[in-house]
Amino acid sequence: MKSTTKLFALTTAVLVSTASFASAQTLDRVKQRGTLSCGVNVGLAGFSAPDDKGNWTGFDVDYCRAIAAAVLGDATKVRFVPTTAKERFTALQSGEIDVLNRNTTWTLARDSSLGLSFVGTNYYDGQGLMVKTGLKVKSAKELDGATVCVQTGTTTELNLADYFRVNKLAYKPVVFEKADEILQAYQAGRCDVYTTDASGLYAQRLQMQKPDEHIVLPEIISKEPLGPSVRQGDSQWFTIVRWVHFALLNAEEAGITKGNVDKMLESTNPDVRRILGKEGEFGKGIGLANDWAFQIIKQVGNYGEIFDATVGAGSRINIARGQNNLWTKGGLQYAPPIR
Amino acid sequence: MTSTTATSTMRPPRSEVGLIGWLRKNLFSSVTNTLLTIIGLWIIWKVITAAIGWAILSATFEGSDGAACSREHAGACWPFIQAKFSQFMYGRYPEPQRWRVDLTYVLAIAGLVPLMTPSVPGKLFNTLYMIVFFPIAAFFLLVGGYFGLPYVPTELWGGLLVTLVVASVGIAGAFPIGILLALGRRSKMPIVRWVSVGFIELVRGVPLITVLFMASVMLPLFLPEGVTIDKLLRALIMVALFSAAYLAEVIRGGLQAIPRGQFEAADALGLSYPQKMGLIVLPQALKLVIPGIVNTFIGLFKDTSLVLIIGIFDLLGIVQLNQTDAKWFSPSTGMTGYVFAGFVFWIFCFSMSRYSLFIERRLARGDRR
Repeated sequence: MKSTTKLFALTTAVLVSTASFASAQTLDRVKQRGTLSCGVNVGLAGFSAPDDKGNWTGFDVDYCRAIAAAVLGDATKVRFVPTTAKERFTALQSGEIDVLNRNTTWTLARDSSLGLSFVGTNYYDGQGLMVKTGLKVKSAKELDGATVCVQTGTTTELNLADYFRVNKLAYKPVVFEKADEILQAYQAGRCDVYTTDASGLYAQRLQMQKPDEHIVLPEIISKEPLGPSVRQGDSQWFTIVRWVHFALLNAEEAGITKGNVDKMLESTNPDVRRILGKEGEFGKGIGLANDWAFQIIKQVGNYGEIFDATVGAGSRINIARGQNNLWTKGGLQYAPPIR
Repeated sequence: MTSTTATSTMRPPRSEVGLIGWLRKNLFSSVTNTLLTIIGLWIIWKVITAAIGWAILSATFEGSDGAACSREHAGACWPFIQAKFSQFMYGRYPEPQRWRVDLTYVLAIAGLVPLMTPSVPGKLFNTLYMIVFFPIAAFFLLVGGYFGLPYVPTELWGGLLVTLVVASVGIAGAFPIGILLALGRRSKMPIVRWVSVGFIELVRGVPLITVLFMASVMLPLFLPEGVTIDKLLRALIMVALFSAAYLAEVIRGGLQAIPRGQFEAADALGLSYPQKMGLIVLPQALKLVIPGIVNTFIGLFKDTSLVLIIGIFDLLGIVQLNQTDAKWFSPSTGMTGYVFAGFVFWIFCFSMSRYSLFIERRLARGDRR
């Protein structure tokens, strides 16, 4: 009898421990493990790609580093997990990764039915159109009767159909399976227009024989808000990742950069003092050290610096800030204040 | 009148021997053949000049980023290969630890070369080294975590290292399992037979890409949260089981070609089942199907690239990954990477097929009476 009770107790203990593990706080697990598991793309120029030494670099990669700097105080303590488009959500659900930073578009369906929550939009992307300068086209509205190269089976193809139908323009799609093929076909003159996400167009242009003979039209025909996502049901972790994003934006707005952050510690500006943890206990409020934002900026930089170095003017891709500029400079990036 | 000395033999007409004779006989024997020869030569000329032009004449040999290769009609971008070479070989394996990979290669060569050279004695000891000592040593060397070697998680492995690990574990695992499945399929015991047939038909009916996908996308959902099985290990098991099913069918073909008399003779001698199979049937059957076995292995070697879809970077995967490095963007970077990967794959597959030819010829000696 006694042994039966013991066995029962043991079984219950095992079950309970597994159950509590499932709902364990991601923050505690990350701290206990000492590294952040971060899901990134298996290779996307400017967002996650290896440098010559094999280190991951890119916009999404820097977001992983920023989270690690805030949570663990060390931006190098990241385990990058390259995930394909299909396995990314499983990796998050199964706990293989703590946060997904993989140029993932925020949609209602994904927010509701996949068991994940998007923390915000760190990159406003959208579908763009590229044409040869020789066509003398200045706007997408002039593209009546054009042939368009597009990747098959993507939302890109559907957005294209929507846009031309709404604007009552005729077009002929030429569909391909792979981006490389589209690039070849477009350069060979099989179509007048090449369409994909604007960030992708800029990257593809660099791989063309004569990049100067092509322009990206000003129209953006779809909304592709990209952002980090976390598992649903862990509000503490959700808040942390969200505020890492906001801290990056607030730092840029307040003019705090990687270079001047040490000097900024002595600043008398109350905004700056609150961001850097010199005033108030804001870091403790979300379960982190009080210098969390200082660590992010010191080790990774602010939003503008990350953008410039990875996809913006400081990189070969050279994407204009556009919608990703701060709200004070005509963009859409707006963060609630740290106070 | 009898001549005691041999008359000097006359040389055959010049049009029949030598270079000219050979050309006449083989290349220009008729109008059609002459035409075909000319067309063939023209195609070869075109291809070779284009290849040389791309790879050497208009290629870029020096530069520190893609801008150096970005010009009109630029050929290969070799600095890209140079800058990324160590990544192509080791993936992101930490640089100070790469000697461990090199040492593993040295241990493998030290075992394989004498094993594959028929004239070297001590085959029994050599085989023991390869199937017992080497796998254990390779495991501890590559993974680490013991004997003061730092642990290197498999997600840092990549490039040729992953290709070779997946291929060799796949081959080493598939061979014994394949033999057992082939024997099982011909067994008189119904359950063994049904299990073997079921496994073979199930695996052959599903594409490898689907099997890998299952292992990477579905499996984690069945496991409790937080419990993960190493991705590379999942891929290794799947690849080994997958090729085992194909190999089993190849070996079964060899078993069926062995005349009944051989089985009966073995039975008449009173040999047990393992003796009969191990001493009489399998040596003959395996010898017959060497081309098929090597075919399967070459296919397996190339299939390793499929692990890319589950986020493991084999040689091709790491080349594709590095093509996304914006620093190296240029019109020719992509092509250069693919040519390099193709060349490395070709070296390995070609060596495998040459070695199998050599073994085939050597083993066929017994058939020539």
